[in-house]
Amino acid sequence: MKYLAFATGMIAASAAMAETPVLTVYTYDSFVSEWGPGPAVEQAFEAVCDCDLQFVGAGDGAALLGRLKLEGTRTKADIVLGLDTNLTAAAIETGLFAETSVSAEYDLPVEWADTVFTPYDWGYFAFVSDAGLDAPSNFKALADSDLKIVIQDPRSSTPGLGLLLWVKTAYGDDAPAIWEGLTDNIVTVTKGWSEAYGLFLEGEADMVLSYTTSPAYHLIAEEDASKKAVAFAEGHYMQIEVAGKIAGTDQPELADQFLQFMVTDAFQSIIPTTNWMYPAVTPAAGLPEGFETLIQPEKALLIPADQADAARDAALAEWLEALSK
Amino acid sequence: MIRSGPGYAAAAFVLLFIFGPLIAVFLRAGGGAMPGPADWAAIRFSVTQATLSALFSVILAIPVARALSRRQFPGRSLLITLLGAPFILPVIVAVLGLLAVFGRSGVLNSVLDSMGLPVVQIYGLHGVVLAHVFFNLPLATRILLQAWQQIPAERFRLAASLNMSAGQIARRLELPMLKAALPGAFIVIFAICLSSFTVALTLGGGPKATTVELAIYQAFRFDFDLGRAAVLAVIQTVLVTIVALVALKYTRTEGFGAGLDRVVQRWDAQSPGLRGIDAAVMILTALFLLLPLAMVVIDGIAGFDRLPASVFAALRVSLILSLLSTALALGLSLPMALTALKHSWVEVIGLFGIVSSPLVLGTGLFLIIHPIADPARLAFAVTGLVNALTALPFVLRVLIPSLKASEQDFGRLATSLGLTGWARLRILLLPRARRALGFSAGLTAAFSMGDLGVITLFADPSRATLPLQMYRLMGSYRMEAAAGAGLLLLIFSLGLFWLFDRGGRRNAEL
Repeated sequence: MKYLAFATGMIAASAAMAETPVLTVYTYDSFVSEWGPGPAVEQAFEAVCDCDLQFVGAGDGAALLGRLKLEGTRTKADIVLGLDTNLTAAAIETGLFAETSVSAEYDLPVEWADTVFTPYDWGYFAFVSDAGLDAPSNFKALADSDLKIVIQDPRSSTPGLGLLLWVKTAYGDDAPAIWEGLTDNIVTVTKGWSEAYGLFLEGEADMVLSYTTSPAYHLIAEEDASKKAVAFAEGHYMQIEVAGKIAGTDQPELADQFLQFMVTDAFQSIIPTTNWMYPAVTPAAGLPEGFETLIQPEKALLIPADQADAARDAALAEWLEALSK
Repeated sequence: MIRSGPGYAAAAFVLLFIFGPLIAVFLRAGGGAMPGPADWAAIRFSVTQATLSALFSVILAIPVARALSRRQFPGRSLLITLLGAPFILPVIVAVLGLLAVFGRSGVLNSVLDSMGLPVVQIYGLHGVVLAHVFFNLPLATRILLQAWQQIPAERFRLAASLNMSAGQIARRLELPMLKAALPGAFIVIFAICLSSFTVALTLGGGPKATTVELAIYQAFRFDFDLGRAAVLAVIQTVLVTIVALVALKYTRTEGFGAGLDRVVQRWDAQSPGLRGIDAAVMILTALFLLLPLAMVVIDGIAGFDRLPASVFAALRVSLILSLLSTALALGLSLPMALTALKHSWVEVIGLFGIVSSPLVLGTGLFLIIHPIADPARLAFAVTGLVNALTALPFVLRVLIPSLKASEQDFGRLATSLGLTGWARLRILLLPRARRALGFSAGLTAAFSMGDLGVITLFADPSRATLPLQMYRLMGSYRMEAAAGAGLLLLIFSLGLFWLFDRGGRRNAEL
């Protein structure tokens, strides 16, 4: 009898397992890592959804979109989380995404009108330096200075692309001249953010392209106030990270539930100290202590998603031309 | 004799595994256009930097290998092991180590500055070449050292009894040996450097240093132009094939006759002048290769106590993966090397492993596998196999000369004794190739530990490798812990290398 009871229990358990719906979320690798938001988000959502939330990590935002294009309608993803506004137009073009059902009062510096994607966090690109540096207050002053910077390649890195569009939106047709002026300031161009930040911490450059929120990591996680982000008078280019529902998902309700959950406090309060970005909807408890020390750019720059592709190609050609001289 | 069948089978498998995915990418893209002007610039830069890097690596390796071959001193064996370390470090760890010495605020510039001398600038083509020499000088040195050791001790004995000077020995014995060994070493290092990406970009100082691999990256990420990516991957393969065929054509192997495998005594090289030169060469090389490593160690120790538990789980994954890759690499390369004794083009097929762009290879495999299975479940097997294929070129380069020497020296005797097939392998070839086998197994094991091995399409988040975990630490601002993970990686890679290499050299007296 004991065995029978055991067997019955086993069958019941596996039946319950089979019934637990699985929600598959494709995202970038650093979201899934134990230092990213992934583990906490999974725990918080599974506590309310009666489901199994599974993250699949795939490189960075651009690699994520590439993977989705390769998989097409056969994709296992129910949700894709981690694209930004430079990629959303191309993502919508794939026809794989469904309209979002979520609406919220977003605390974004710009109006949010996209009907397909739901934003979950955002940040400003900025140069980060040691707190004591007498830093320039705009690109022209930087170009005229002897300061050394390290940046990322726009062809392989999201921040690198951000800088490209930053200079383009701030200076338009004068962008090539700005890049030519910066040539002797650029120590080197790296493949990704990690290499650049590592080089900066090794003392290879006075400033590194990163985010205005970077000093918050040093301050909050390491109690180290020695880094600052440098405010530029032209304004700062933004990155808004979004998630979207795959139209062909076999879990449409669960996917909607997740996107709705994404803009609640439970999710949003995890973001600042794991993703080191601003939450798209500020939680009721406000931002963590330390964020009030960060610079607040006076002007937010962002190319509308539908123009991002064209602007990107033109700006890249100018960048390559100016820096290859 | 040894049958060629298994060698052909292994070569066919390699070809299938490399060109199958390439074809899959072409089919998906519906063809590919000819490369544009920017692509040609990338091709030119790739070839230039790879040629210079390979040339400097093999030329500088000559005095180093000669010094090591004719000197016995305490710690020589340890030095040989340590000198192999740069080759097996993950690129980003090694680059940070190099910059700690040669960078703007590195050791070298601090010294120069304090002496009132102008500082040096590492970023540019010369920086790319410097970094590639740092990575590949150890490999070149070991390949040449092996070639030196194939000159039987008896030859040097005879030369000494004829009162030949060091110069005469260089002309009569060492030059013919170098003519046989240099082209092979050059091809392997050329192939390794051709597909360089992170090193070339970081130390090249900007988009002038765009390599083909970066152009492939751009085609994927920026334009999602699969056809162009595949065309560029094909061009890279064609380039290496041409260089390899030319180099093999000029490779002359003459053979030195058999010896009793005794320790070489060099009566010719005992003058104080020559001793001084060898000592200087070894000290300079050790400084060049070991200072950056020392910086990696110093940085790493500080981060050691910050290592999270997941790093040790990742270490386990990496160790298992590394052993799997090693078994696969030896399983493929031994039959290929045996067949290459008769058909040297087989070695060229082995070179494809390292020049086939990981991005294109990964995408092609993904396109093939995704419709039938979950790629994440095959992550382990695919990564192991890709690592093994990447290691093939240098495993073959180390194995082939060793097997060739045995066949030249004892082949006829073995044939007259009726030793064929398995018996010939077991009694003649394998025992005499033990040192080469141990060395190449060590290289593969260490290299597979350090290789990021992330074809991200096959990433399995729950089973991250140590390099990936280290990279994740960096990506989440935890640079100190990442340096600790880098040191852990260095220790275990070098440990694995030492175990295999030592195993091969045990009781070999040399």
